[in-house]
Amino acid sequence: MSNLLAVRNLKVTDLRNQAEIIHGVSFELKKNSCLGIVGESGSGKSMTAKAMLGLTNPWLRSQGTAELSNEHGVLDLLQQDESTLRAIRGQRICMILQDAMSAFDPLAKIGSQMSETFIENKGICRSEARSMVLAALQMVNMPEPEQVLKKYSHQLSGGMLQRCMVATALAMKPDIIVADEPTTALDSINQRLVVEEFKLLRQETGTALIFISHDLGVVQHLADQVLVMRSGERVEYGEARSTFKNPQHEYTKYLIDSRLEMSKSFQKAMKRGAASA
Amino acid sequence: MAGFWTRFKADKMALVMAAFLGIVILLSLLAPLIAPYHPAHQDIANKFALPSAEHLLGTDQLGRDMLSRILWGGQITVLWSLATMFCTIGIGILLGVVAGYFRGWIDEVIMRFCDIMLSFPNEVLILAIIGVMGTGIFNILLAMVIAKWAWYVRMIRSIVIQFMDKNYICFAQVSGCSARHIINKHLLPGAMGEICVLATLDAGGIILNISALSFLGLGVQPPTAEWGMMLNEAKKVLTINPWQMLPPGFAIFLVVAAFNFLGDSIQEALDPQLDKSMKKRLSIFSRKKAVA
Amino acid sequence: MPNLIEIKNIGKSYLKAGRNFRDTKVKVLKGVTFTIEEGLCVGLIGESGSGKSTLTRLILGLEKPDKGNGAILIKGLPVRQWIKANQGKMSVVFQDYTSSINPQYTVRETLEEPMRAMGHKGNLDGKIDVLLDKVSLSLDLKDRYAHELSGGQVQRVCIARAISTNPKFIVLDEAISSLDVSVQTQVLNLLHKLRLDMKMTYLFVAHDLQAVAHLCNKIVFLYRGEVVEEVMSWDLANAQNEYAKSLLASVIPFEV
Repeated sequence: MSNLLAVRNLKVTDLRNQAEIIHGVSFELKKNSCLGIVGESGSGKSMTAKAMLGLTNPWLRSQGTAELSNEHGVLDLLQQDESTLRAIRGQRICMILQDAMSAFDPLAKIGSQMSETFIENKGICRSEARSMVLAALQMVNMPEPEQVLKKYSHQLSGGMLQRCMVATALAMKPDIIVADEPTTALDSINQRLVVEEFKLLRQETGTALIFISHDLGVVQHLADQVLVMRSGERVEYGEARSTFKNPQHEYTKYLIDSRLEMSKSFQKAMKRGAASA
Repeated sequence: MAGFWTRFKADKMALVMAAFLGIVILLSLLAPLIAPYHPAHQDIANKFALPSAEHLLGTDQLGRDMLSRILWGGQITVLWSLATMFCTIGIGILLGVVAGYFRGWIDEVIMRFCDIMLSFPNEVLILAIIGVMGTGIFNILLAMVIAKWAWYVRMIRSIVIQFMDKNYICFAQVSGCSARHIINKHLLPGAMGEICVLATLDAGGIILNISALSFLGLGVQPPTAEWGMMLNEAKKVLTINPWQMLPPGFAIFLVVAAFNFLGDSIQEALDPQLDKSMKKRLSIFSRKKAVA
Repeated sequence: MPNLIEIKNIGKSYLKAGRNFRDTKVKVLKGVTFTIEEGLCVGLIGESGSGKSTLTRLILGLEKPDKGNGAILIKGLPVRQWIKANQGKMSVVFQDYTSSINPQYTVRETLEEPMRAMGHKGNLDGKIDVLLDKVSLSLDLKDRYAHELSGGQVQRVCIARAISTNPKFIVLDEAISSLDVSVQTQVLNLLHKLRLDMKMTYLFVAHDLQAVAHLCNKIVFLYRGEVVEEVMSWDLANAQNEYAKSLLASVIPFEV
């Protein structure tokens, strides 16, 4: 299967002090697959995704290639101008950001904000946009979608807002969805709901997904490939299942061991319950 | 707090501005001793003179020496403005901190007083007070303090309320620190940056207010020198002697600008984090050098 | 095991601005009752909006519960009275480490503050060295400011500050939630070791079940202002309440 997105030797430099922030990262994303990017805070996970889409601050310079394939061949995202990138960001690659609460304008209703995205990017009229929004909310199994449309962002929980974001991204029918730590700000129940949402998304639409997180459990649940980053460098990259089972690099091992240690007591307690049942 | 002085001393702009204002204040204080002429001394034959060895800044429409009038005028424009500012800030800090820290009924009472004061238009209030008490520089100061204190109390109270949310204040409360300790060691140093910015921004406004009142005949009476009034006198003879406008105009401009820059520098020196980001911002201007 | 803290029938409401000039009273906590035994680590689990933060503020004495039959007693005394009589014996570590330390204070000044509030005078450098060592931080961080440290380091400084007065009881208010998962494990292990070494009692407020199960002996589930389940951590599988069970089922396992 050919690559939908191939990033080669992506470097990001801070022009203010000539410091290299991302040191030559390469990875590929195939159609219908999910790439998980894991690492601690400051590892450069979000920066990599933003650099690819041209969303970094003006004093950062990106080098390397990020080839997005289309019907005609490949398009190097890093060489495109702002208007082309904007069109791509709207239609082919959608980004879901970390803090859902601040992604929505607190002064406008959810329904109108979601419609706005569709009207801007697809050029449809308001009533069409509204029915699109409803269809999208239904696709993510949102309870009472009509009610949700009329609410403001502060009236919904973080989990529901995140699901609205996912619904918006879904409805745009992009080729790739980039989700930047979508579950980090959520509590357990909402986290599970959003993760299941993403699973559904992959099954139903076949959209490729780049999932950025520092939580290995969530990434394991969703990803086919995994990219481990530390301090702007690619530490390990490979098929998810084998990487988690047999990590090659010390750092990956360390991440896996910490995560296992955290869930040890919980697993023990649940197994004990299952055994006695 | 040791860090504050280190950072302040390292900031060249801060030192230059502080030195400049220090010199201005010193010259204003020493005006009676150093001014070459008496500010009211008229020499009609020599009116509208351009700068010369005898009159370094020329003379005005009544032949009075501009340099002397600037020096004497500084006493009113600069020193009294500072005095007004410190009084209003003092009241603002006192009541603002009490209202913001203790909340409850104290906050309600103080806020309702502020509401009442703020519902009077500034200028009307000042005019009314001066109407009752008479003209003169001290009455202007009193009138301006009375008109402005409520605004400061509100601003400082909202700054304090933001700080009360911070976890380190909660921790200090839980570990049994007294209100006085928290206010002196955490609240005031933390809020001082923003308060300084408020104060320095207002300095310009106060200077202009005093000038406006003098123009209306409610403040300083001629022939007392005051920069704003000098500016207004110059305006009347603009076509005849355009130069006359420049000394008082520049004086006001430089002093107000210096206050603003100083306020920014104080704010940066107080916040160790701001210091870093400022350096980053400034280095964008040197980007050309870096890339080349 | 004797009870250190008894929370009995606590209620707390806030006024919310309503329509037509009528403010509605929103009951955030309704009849909350549970106990924290001495020497234990008790976990308080609840999602956002369950009333965890309000309950934490009440336990810390920062706010008063609604008037009624409810009370929070520490060794039999009402909270605020006990705190006044036992200065420094109750401590707290907050979630948001970015605002937990005064940005104008160095690490040294931050750690000195609670000890000075207790009346210690003179040079506290020796004591500070001991504290930094206990939380595995390098001694040359003493003159750094909070923004120069990583999240994990700042949180460790907050822990060092919390234990500086040899407290009996520490409230960990989502203390690890803002940290990376790998750092979380280290900090949890550190907290466990400190509790055993210094014979303290913890109230660990969190929304992550796995972290709570890792650290705590007893777990209390809070849902919409009420306690719906109280269970020992090794007995988690036997939780009866529907909400507790759905929370247990929502945990995403990590298995290799």
